Amino acid sequence: MNQSDARGNRMKTVHRGLWFALPLVLLGALSLFVIKGGTLSRLARGTPPVEELTIDRVRLTPGHFVVDVVNGGPDPVTIAQVQVDEAYWTHTITPDRTLGRLGRARIDIPYAWVEAEPHQIRLVTSNGITFDHEIAVAMETPRPDARYFLVFTLIGLYVGVLPVAIGLLWLPFLKRLDRRWIHFALALTAGLLIFLAAEALQEALETASRVAGAFQGTGLVALGVLGTWLLLQAFGGMGKGESADPVAARLRLAFLIALGIGLHNFGEGLAIGAAYAQGAVTLGAFLVVGFMIHNTTEGLGIVAPVAQDDPPLRTLALAGLLAGGPTIIGAWVGGLAYSPILGTLFMAIGAGAILQVLGVLYRVVGRETGSGRSVWTPLNAMGVAAGLVLMYTTGLLVAS
Amino acid sequence: MKSLSRREALKRSLIGIAGAASASSSVQAQVTTLGTHPGPHDLMTRGVPKDAGIDPTAFLENWDTGVVSRRANGQTVREYRMIAMDRNLELMPGLFYPAWAFNGQVPGPTLRCTEGDFVRVHFHNAGTHQHSIHFHGFHPANMDGVFEQIEPGGSFVYEFTAEPFGLQLYHCHTMPLKKHIAKGLYGAMIIDPKRGRPEAHEMMMVMNGFDVNFDGENEIYAVNTVPFAYQANPIVLKRGELNRIYLVNVLEFDLINSMHIHANFFNVFRTGTSLVPTEFTDTVSMGQGERHVLEFTYNHTGKFMFHAHQSEFAELGWMGMFDVRGTVA
Repeated sequence: MNQSDARGNRMKTVHRGLWFALPLVLLGALSLFVIKGGTLSRLARGTPPVEELTIDRVRLTPGHFVVDVVNGGPDPVTIAQVQVDEAYWTHTITPDRTLGRLGRARIDIPYAWVEAEPHQIRLVTSNGITFDHEIAVAMETPRPDARYFLVFTLIGLYVGVLPVAIGLLWLPFLKRLDRRWIHFALALTAGLLIFLAAEALQEALETASRVAGAFQGTGLVALGVLGTWLLLQAFGGMGKGESADPVAARLRLAFLIALGIGLHNFGEGLAIGAAYAQGAVTLGAFLVVGFMIHNTTEGLGIVAPVAQDDPPLRTLALAGLLAGGPTIIGAWVGGLAYSPILGTLFMAIGAGAILQVLGVLYRVVGRETGSGRSVWTPLNAMGVAAGLVLMYTTGLLVAS
Repeated sequence: MKSLSRREALKRSLIGIAGAASASSSVQAQVTTLGTHPGPHDLMTRGVPKDAGIDPTAFLENWDTGVVSRRANGQTVREYRMIAMDRNLELMPGLFYPAWAFNGQVPGPTLRCTEGDFVRVHFHNAGTHQHSIHFHGFHPANMDGVFEQIEPGGSFVYEFTAEPFGLQLYHCHTMPLKKHIAKGLYGAMIIDPKRGRPEAHEMMMVMNGFDVNFDGENEIYAVNTVPFAYQANPIVLKRGELNRIYLVNVLEFDLINSMHIHANFFNVFRTGTSLVPTEFTDTVSMGQGERHVLEFTYNHTGKFMFHAHQSEFAELGWMGMFDVRGTVA
């Protein structure tokens, strides 16, 4: 390559860069014109500013409320006064009474709250707009001490780890089935994953509605679901190994299922931790048993792909831990630092991971059934339906 | 009964498990929650506002007796100027309310005259909506402020002879009535009896409230507009001296309001239209538009609260304090 060629290439790069920058420069100039040019005053209608405060979280310590609030609206908001249970109450706000766009503040309110009773906190802005937060049942917010970790570990064990571990023990049974029925078990796994994905998506969208406006809860769901799906697609390891070694591919599938369920369970743990921290009502042991039955199916889903192989016990235990363990961590985090944003994001990530696994599952079963034959044998179709029905009926055990 | 979602049920059942583990600490919490009250009657609202339209302490004894002249027949003529205007009031520190106000203040000026005086009120509407003034008392139909609505920029002169004596109310009578009163267009007119009342330390108190978020309920209750004003600056009384409160209730949205004074009883003169008390009590309840004259004397020194005996109103602003000083009279 001679010198003039090199110069020519450099010029090309410079030109390309200039053409890339042109729209950006114009956009910058236009923004400046809109802000400084005063054209906006023609659009303004003298209406009062739009105020939108979101109370992210209220922590209760003996004789105290600590309120985390975020300004999700387009304009700055000043908190003028605070009411508790329809009484103006003394309080301090850090760092400042005025919250800029996306600004956050912490409000400390000394208040002799009554355990197990509801309380209402109301913020009054400088324009007289009120924002309410209902504490359904006043309970001291758990502190991150040894007892706290013990309680949440216990919760995680019940919901996540133990049911999954029990479900794994179906492996010897699955081994004794012929291929058709193993495929049925895989289809059943798909059914139960679809159920979990639908549920996670619904929960994500529901929580999204509580996210402060500027943080765009619904967009966050799309980002979480598709971002996770794309990440796992790109790096999920279904590349060259897929065709080379079916045994390794099936094991990888088992781990992908475990990961998907694990991410879903992290979101679930987060929600549970938050609910416990915020104080909810107890309903009793019957429901816990119902949940164990309901969640044991998750373990079945993990071992179904490897039923025809002979995975070492340690590998299985690892997969089980990957699926169930995150519940514990989720519960820890949820109890300590829950926010609607976090809840939305992790439920969406769970949904995305499960959707990706479903795709992989489809391809694996497709290959196993052999080319030219449809995946949708009557038995497989029934398997998916059975998975959905199984989740639905065991779900009935926990509805009251 | 609403059925529970799966996750909701899950949360709840797990609380059961966790509850057992945390039972011991919750007993502890119940004891310690009682420890960190604010003082029993600390001011909860970061002081008093700077731009409330009135100085609550000055308003207590601010009588507008008008410009006085005398007719040939000896009748006293009193002329008043009243301007309705839009004005932002700072009701509590940092909390602003777009009020409609007579002479820029809520309540409007306390007009004072004697029964039989000829009253002439020059009214100008400097606001952005129709307004009027409706006086309680005797007067011709065209002076009633109901059918003669004054457009923005318009004026009107109300003329009548002040009667009967007592504590009268005035307010805007433009539809929608609720809106025009709630926004602040009201005040009191004291028509003194010809032979007068006994010498006393007199105070004007208008019980009102504000619906700052316009949801049809009051977020603020007060006597003379500023919540907790007399808690921040207690009203100084002299021990042994007769006190007289001209008490008006114009509270919108709530059916009833009341006043209770601590450690004392008062004589009630209903509507102030008689010089003989009708009741001796320490709490008086009033519907919207009712007004009474109260008389009492403190024989002990120290700080005494007065407030609405609807505790909710009290803690939302209608709460104050007397500071009784001095030796026996």
